[in-house]
Amino acid sequence: MKLILERNQLLKSLSHVHRIVERRNTYPILANVLIRAFDNKVELRATDLDIEVSEQTAASISKEGTTTVPAHTFYEIIRKLFDGAEVELEVENEQMSIRSARSNFHLSCLNAEGFPSLKAEEDFVNKFTINAQDLSELIERTQFAISTEETRYYLNGIYMHTIENEGKEFIRAVATDGHRLARAQISAPSGSSNIEGIIIPRKTVSELQKLLDGLEEEINIEISDSKVRFTIGSLILLSKLIEGTFPDYERVTPKDNDKKLVVNRSDFASAVDRVSTIASDKGGKAVKLIINRDQLELVVINPDHGTANEILPVEFSEDKFEIGFNARYLLDIVGQIRSDNIIFMFNDSGSPTLAREENNDEALYVLMPMRV
Amino acid sequence: MQYLCRDCTKLLNINQIPSRCGECGSPRILAHEELEELNIAHFDCDSFFASVEKRDNKELIDKPVIIGGGKRGVVATCCYIARQSGIHSAMPIMKAKKLCPNAVIIPPNMAKYKYVSKQIFALMQPLTPLFEPLSIDEGFLDFSGTRKLHKACAAQILAKIALKIEEQIGVSISVGLSHNKFLAKLASDLDKPRGFSIIGKKEAKQFLAPLPISQIYGVGKKFAAKLKKDGFINIGQLQKYPKSELIKNYGELGATLADLARAKDRRRVKSERKVKSVSTEITFSTDIADFSTLSTILLELAERVSFRLKQKRLIGDIITLKLKSANFELRTRAKHISFPTHFAHIIYEIGEQLLAKEVDGTNFRLIGIGVSSLLSGIGEIPSDLLEPKIYKKAKIERAMDILHEKFGKKALIRGKLYQIEDKLDI
Repeated sequence: MKLILERNQLLKSLSHVHRIVERRNTYPILANVLIRAFDNKVELRATDLDIEVSEQTAASISKEGTTTVPAHTFYEIIRKLFDGAEVELEVENEQMSIRSARSNFHLSCLNAEGFPSLKAEEDFVNKFTINAQDLSELIERTQFAISTEETRYYLNGIYMHTIENEGKEFIRAVATDGHRLARAQISAPSGSSNIEGIIIPRKTVSELQKLLDGLEEEINIEISDSKVRFTIGSLILLSKLIEGTFPDYERVTPKDNDKKLVVNRSDFASAVDRVSTIASDKGGKAVKLIINRDQLELVVINPDHGTANEILPVEFSEDKFEIGFNARYLLDIVGQIRSDNIIFMFNDSGSPTLAREENNDEALYVLMPMRV
Repeated sequence: MQYLCRDCTKLLNINQIPSRCGECGSPRILAHEELEELNIAHFDCDSFFASVEKRDNKELIDKPVIIGGGKRGVVATCCYIARQSGIHSAMPIMKAKKLCPNAVIIPPNMAKYKYVSKQIFALMQPLTPLFEPLSIDEGFLDFSGTRKLHKACAAQILAKIALKIEEQIGVSISVGLSHNKFLAKLASDLDKPRGFSIIGKKEAKQFLAPLPISQIYGVGKKFAAKLKKDGFINIGQLQKYPKSELIKNYGELGATLADLARAKDRRRVKSERKVKSVSTEITFSTDIADFSTLSTILLELAERVSFRLKQKRLIGDIITLKLKSANFELRTRAKHISFPTHFAHIIYEIGEQLLAKEVDGTNFRLIGIGVSSLLSGIGEIPSDLLEPKIYKKAKIERAMDILHEKFGKKALIRGKLYQIEDKLDI
């Protein structure tokens, strides 16, 4: 294998691909990135056995071939080369040389034959295109609520499916860790009907979100029983789906919460942040909301350190109502609200609370109160 | 000037300090200008392990005794006779033998020393609420504000307790008295064994000046070497050096260094050590490999831990499972949970998850469970959007706790524990 390409182009592709390579691996070859030179193109590919990312970029090939080299080292080398320099890659005697300007590197290769591939020879039943920004929005709105708990593995991702509401179709994304639930939806692009429900793993979601950053183009999505494939220009991300049943989130989304609180988002966020300074990090940062008519008092009591409270003007037409939340969870949700005001809908101090934006039902958040 | 007789413990007022006590004739006279004013004391048992062994075997009294050996093969401690041959703690036994071939070497009996230590601490405890045990055989005492209670000053109380310990326990202690911890600890080491030394406020700086920097609390070998390289050999040099410069050169450590060199030590004598973890374990009379039996025992242990946490109003978010196999291989597995808790059923569930991964046919002789990373409070009642049962379980436990408080622990027990109730009193 021998080829020449431009450093920035190589770096860009490599940065997309190398990130999914784990720092510690059971199989040495999983630490490597596959480089395939053919047809005046070079393909870079990496995998962690659950996700596979590959990208093609133009290169001038003088000898076709395939090899694998340690991904992070290769990336670091290319990153440190001169901006806009030419890079020559050549494989000889199980070593790949990297030559650029006056620099010269030799990296040990592992034979590409042993490089695992996520077999994608299956039926991708659902195929559709979606705008990068729309997809990114769905992720952004829900990603924070993904669970990290191993025992309920089916919560370790974003659940996506198509729903029909008043004759319109939506793609809906849901994530929950049992403490909070985030739900967002966008109008279903054509061809996206009948997605019965897939769970996209946390790592895939987070890689995808990085790849989508700043893109405006259309993304191809293909879904099979066990995998999902995203095609973003010359990049393909193939990921296993989480097998399992996502809980019936509709059942736990409150419908009869009738106590409505309207509060200025940024005032509320900074007040919660301020009073929770006193809360113990481990103590779940409990913050109590005491609402009485048009006044909200935020109270934090830390038995080891002291207390804090702050009063905010709000819109609330009920008599005195008290409820406690984990400040961090509360701030996570407030951080997702883009309208000036945030709307909370309460039932009682032990039941799930609903939060949403003003004049927008596309995104909905459910938060479990803290009870003592 | 006042002086104190360390044997009849009388405090006398005479212009000139006599060589012997006017009352009892003892030569152990302690005189100091600030005798009545100093309140911070440090005590340290004299060659503790060796003293206990000598106490229990009179034949050893006039022989050089070394406690040590065992796996690591070093001297844990040695009596003062052995020290005359140049033996000191942490010296390899082989070397000690060469220096003193007729030394009697006794393997340490920690259980016995712990018991004696407890007895000594029990005598110290009533003297002041501010008693801070430091290790098995030493501790700090703060006598501020106890004068009216004892109708005696700190020095007198200390002289009395030193005699009492010799009499009742049969080991001797050395005492240091000063106005802060650093100096008190230095003082107790000045005139061992059976010592009593005082470092007053007035002479403190002067006293420290000629001492090597390694005498400063917190200056270990490495730091001492660094200081030496920078030209500091004795504490006096540090006293003359501006504090701001020391801070510049050594950071926070520099500030402490400057203060201690100037005989300032703000550390208080703290009576309570913070509880870091609450745990319990059980050694079986016969080894167990079976998951369900282990799991049932684990539930019982989780309840015990939970009970103690609730009593102390503590919650924690790290659950640790401990297992020891029949051939003494120790396994500890910990899990961090998302909220701190004291609930038995949660401690148990996490413990059981950890246990499930370890049960592989191995015979176990011990199982234990603990909760750490503690903070005070009662924590939240866990609730989960998706599993309403979690909330119910916690409510049930709270109800059980109320019943237990009213009618005793056996009033209501979990069904799973009913079957092993008698077996567990191993």
